[in-house]
Amino acid sequence: MAEIRSLDDAVADLIHDGDTVAMEGFTHLIPFAAAHEIIRQGITDLTLARMTPDVIYDQLIGAGLVKKLIFSWGGNPGVGSLHRFRDAVENGWPRPLELDEHSHAGMANRYVAGASKLPFAVLRGYRGSDIPGRTDTVSTVTCPFTGEKLAAVAALNPDVTVIHAQQADRAGNVQLWGLTGVQKEAALAASRVLVTVEEIVDTLEPRPGGITLPTWVLDAVAHVPGGAHPSYATGYSVRDNAFYQAWDPVARDREAFTQWIETHVRGAEAAARTAEGANA
Amino acid sequence: MSEANAPEAEFTRDELMEVNAARALAGAKTCFVGIGLPSTAANLARATVNPGLVLIYESGTIGSKPTALPLSIGDGELAETADAVVPVPEMFNYWLQGGRIDVGFLGAAQVDRYANINTTVVSRGDGKPEGRLPGAGGAPEIAANCGKVLMVLRHSTRNFVRALDFVTTLGHGAGPKDRAALGMPGAGPVAVITDLGVLRPDPDTAELVLTELHPGVTVEQVREATGWELRVADEVGTTAPPTAEELAALRALKAAGKK
Repeated sequence: MAEIRSLDDAVADLIHDGDTVAMEGFTHLIPFAAAHEIIRQGITDLTLARMTPDVIYDQLIGAGLVKKLIFSWGGNPGVGSLHRFRDAVENGWPRPLELDEHSHAGMANRYVAGASKLPFAVLRGYRGSDIPGRTDTVSTVTCPFTGEKLAAVAALNPDVTVIHAQQADRAGNVQLWGLTGVQKEAALAASRVLVTVEEIVDTLEPRPGGITLPTWVLDAVAHVPGGAHPSYATGYSVRDNAFYQAWDPVARDREAFTQWIETHVRGAEAAARTAEGANA
Repeated sequence: MSEANAPEAEFTRDELMEVNAARALAGAKTCFVGIGLPSTAANLARATVNPGLVLIYESGTIGSKPTALPLSIGDGELAETADAVVPVPEMFNYWLQGGRIDVGFLGAAQVDRYANINTTVVSRGDGKPEGRLPGAGGAPEIAANCGKVLMVLRHSTRNFVRALDFVTTLGHGAGPKDRAALGMPGAGPVAVITDLGVLRPDPDTAELVLTELHPGVTVEQVREATGWELRVADEVGTTAPPTAEELAALRALKAAGKK
């Protein structure tokens, strides 16, 4: 059963040094506020999983908390490179970053296998690509019925999955809608699940295409309005494209990045804003 | 004569590329759209040659009808204007791998003479570490499973290279039989549209051949911008200049995207 908790308590309790953490959300509903709480608490030596690392992982990587990244596309969508990710891979700053790299289809199926509690998933993928030569989580299986050779991808079972959603009820049932990405699979694949939500309501009303995650598959729900910014929550906010564009020059420069994290994440003002959100 | 009918000088090389990429989608039913230039082309096609084209984005949207160019593959307007929104595993397994999409439209950081694609790493020489690119994203399976593949990228020796540093996504391998040998369902790349012209694979060798030049571009310019000894068709065509309607539609899409 999910307990409704403050974000700082839930992060401290559920996420530990050395954990494998998936923070998913395909462009939409990316749990930025939870990532900022991880930075404030200095939880480190993390292996992060995410299909599209995006700015949220640029911030965690640049803050020096990440030793390994499991992913399929690392960029600032529509803008360019993730400069903190590149600096870590190319120059080892602020620390070297180990990579386990996939295609989107492979990553999605790794979560499907994880949620299904199967050891691997099959797909007609990776053919002719050099990617399998760089990872030990892609292999080949032969179909027992047709003899076709198919790609096998190892299940991905994070220690913790963190997602953002629109609503929870007071019992900790969660509903999200709009682009639902790979959040359900990532949540059901994990040992522990934290969901931050825009709003806590008395009753969840079913939405077209919405996904409900029942309280008994979750560990904690935290009330964090705006917790997906600069990504967005359908029905509550729109994507802050200007932020993603403005991030590029900040992330290009180590000093500008460090200053940004100090001011906007570690700084007292940011902490106060989070506390205010939690009490709202 | 209005200004919209002004002479040819009033469009850029990029606009030539974008307009021709859009024209390549005439007659297509469904298109799996990459972000950036492919998204520009696909949305311009909807505004011009193919209003009924079904745009599919990997974020899970099927039948998106945005009025502005999206910055990301998951902008809200793509979902709000879609016929359906599906989870990401369903998109890749049922719709893409299920063989339900006509055309995959891809960009690339590097492409070789067989239209193989690298979007993973580039070698920087001198013992320096590899330069990091974004990675595979959806491309390996888009190129494998869509009925055919169109590519759009700017033409330079940085992008059109003799040998790829890494094969992220197979185009035609090293010849016309390689895709079939790997059991790839789709026909693979059929055209590479650049800011200089159009390249298409030779049916016998699968090697890319220059088949069309944009107005004002010479064969020599394309050769100089290509990192291998480029083959040129016996008769090289010239693409039609953008019409006033095409340019107006393209500029309106871009202007709306900046708001």
